[in-house]
Amino acid sequence: MAQKTMIQAITDAMYHELKNDENVLVFGEDVGQNGGVFRATEGLQDEFGEDRVFDTPLAESGIGGLSLGLALQGFRPVPEIQFIGFTYEAMDAINGQIARMRYRSGDSKSAPITIRTPFGGGVHTPELHADSLEGLIAQQPGIRVVVPSTPYDAKGLLISSIRNNDPVFFMEHMKLYRSFRAEVPDEDYTVDLDKADIKQEGKDVTLIAYGAMVHTALKAAEELEKDNIEAEVIDLRTISPVDMETIVESVKKTNRVVMIQEAQRQAGVAAHVISEIQERAILHLEAPVLRVTAPDTVYPFSQAEEVWLPTHKDVIDRVNEVINF
Amino acid sequence: MKDVLESIESQFEMFQVLDENGEVVNKDWMPDLSDDDLKELMRRMVYTRVLDQRSIALNRQGRLGFYAPTAGQEASQLGSHYALEEDDFILPAYRDVPQLIWHGLPLYQAFLFSRGHFHGNQFPEGVNGLSPQIIIGAQITQAAGVGLGLKKRGNKAVAVTYTGDGGTSQGDFYEGVNFAGAYGAQTIFFVQNNQFAISVPVEKQTNAKTLAQKGVAAGVESYLVDGMDVFAVYAATKKARERALNGEGPSLIETMTYRYGPHTMAGDDPTRYRTEDMTNEWEKRDPIVRLRKFLEGKDLWSEDEENKVIEDAKEDIKKAIKEADDYPKQKVTDLIDIMHDELPNNLQEQMEEYKEKESK
Repeated sequence: MAQKTMIQAITDAMYHELKNDENVLVFGEDVGQNGGVFRATEGLQDEFGEDRVFDTPLAESGIGGLSLGLALQGFRPVPEIQFIGFTYEAMDAINGQIARMRYRSGDSKSAPITIRTPFGGGVHTPELHADSLEGLIAQQPGIRVVVPSTPYDAKGLLISSIRNNDPVFFMEHMKLYRSFRAEVPDEDYTVDLDKADIKQEGKDVTLIAYGAMVHTALKAAEELEKDNIEAEVIDLRTISPVDMETIVESVKKTNRVVMIQEAQRQAGVAAHVISEIQERAILHLEAPVLRVTAPDTVYPFSQAEEVWLPTHKDVIDRVNEVINF
Repeated sequence: MKDVLESIESQFEMFQVLDENGEVVNKDWMPDLSDDDLKELMRRMVYTRVLDQRSIALNRQGRLGFYAPTAGQEASQLGSHYALEEDDFILPAYRDVPQLIWHGLPLYQAFLFSRGHFHGNQFPEGVNGLSPQIIIGAQITQAAGVGLGLKKRGNKAVAVTYTGDGGTSQGDFYEGVNFAGAYGAQTIFFVQNNQFAISVPVEKQTNAKTLAQKGVAAGVESYLVDGMDVFAVYAATKKARERALNGEGPSLIETMTYRYGPHTMAGDDPTRYRTEDMTNEWEKRDPIVRLRKFLEGKDLWSEDEENKVIEDAKEDIKKAIKEADDYPKQKVTDLIDIMHDELPNNLQEQMEEYKEKESK
């Protein structure tokens, strides 16, 4: 066991999978000798060679097509999109092609591709680096969307994603890359896809979050404890599909829910989660399910991130509303 | 700059082996084909012309769905395919169903593709290719990936992809050719320039005088070929294939061709955008007429033989349509079943829901 940052845990996961399976290929813009713009692939080319870990021309759609073509030759591609905002360039490759491969071939071909991409606010990036675009991919059948919030989950979920025989859009929050260290086993291990995780148990209100908002929710929960409100914090981890079983179990216990996302109110997956809750557990609800989200504007100019991004205070306000409903 | 353009364009003279009268005008490039090969090429071209005529008729009767006519493009489609081997991987565009059929896709499955049935896309083991690509350009970047995959595996095979003239305006076209060039991928890119992208003539796609010269932007070896000349297309493909297997990288081949029919059978009326004269002019260059003249000159082809091919084709088509008719209808549970290796929880629930519905 070692104390690792999330970015180290991610590198670790790719290291194990490159070692375990010769079909695994890691590629993207500057992921080779440079080791990635965030050092996520540092040392991997030296260890495994340019045949396994390589740079690409600067073209996201090309990277998407390349991934699918390599998958059709039996490889297990782990491409990187340098920043999530550039996903638009690859939307056809991801949603129009990769996600549909198994279905359109009548299950005769598959696309075991894990697309890694950094996203998320709070680190003053330039335009179109930090946007939360998970909602766009989550609406596409055929591809899973995974968002880890801790180093342990990041490693286990990334290994599971790479081993999965269908595509995964793996989103890495930039603010979480190096903000804290945690225990991460040295060996390879998996964390189940499609399963949420209760990060903190509580009986008074359920806070559902993913990505950096898990930590925002945990911080809010800590404050709420001072007022004798015990919040249960669920980290979705996989946001498409959503683990409704874990959520409904929690709702039955707490009867109150606040759904938290960093994405704008009209984006993300909060609306979907709330619809599912009202269909499955309305009789267990003592109050409407409320949302904490960003406002419906374009992602803020970097100096405005502090006033724009949702905070633990926003969460506490919403919790008080559902408690006092 | 003008000089540069002229100098580039002068590199792309049209490559021809067989002229409109069926005469070999370029003996050095006459491919080494046996009499049996020559007859087989003719048989495939005639068969495919019949398939086109019948497909149009079946579409009008409502017995086929989506269909993009192929008449006129036989040399381009089948001449290129004839130079391939079984291990080569085809990434076709929506008009390139004939290549898949001659690569081994059963005819009834091609018809199921047209109708919109998943079984049409379940290629039998050993038929290396994808179902026709609807997103113009997507096949180009994917072909770069398949070609790189073949190279990494050390396989002596190529990825072959097709697009039309309009498709060369897509970003994915440039990206795909450029990626393949950068990686030395074992890929052959075909641009079948049939002069029109639905109603838009090729002159409105680009100011470039040839489409082959677009390979220059990627540093990829490129050829302009008479796409109505089956020998020229075959010879160019064969050379591109050898280059790829020798580690010399990808090639781009523009075949100058023409579609006699509409863009698709979904209501396109070509009389709105092109003249009868133009079509007549291209019909004089017909690839089948040209090869027929050549073969007759060598006493290798007769009317009887041609009629036999026509009858065989009609018979096969009749059987295949029947087989397509008899194939079980699709259920929602089938569609759910082919989404994932391990069904996610939402689809597990919906599977149960639809099983229940379907059992009633």
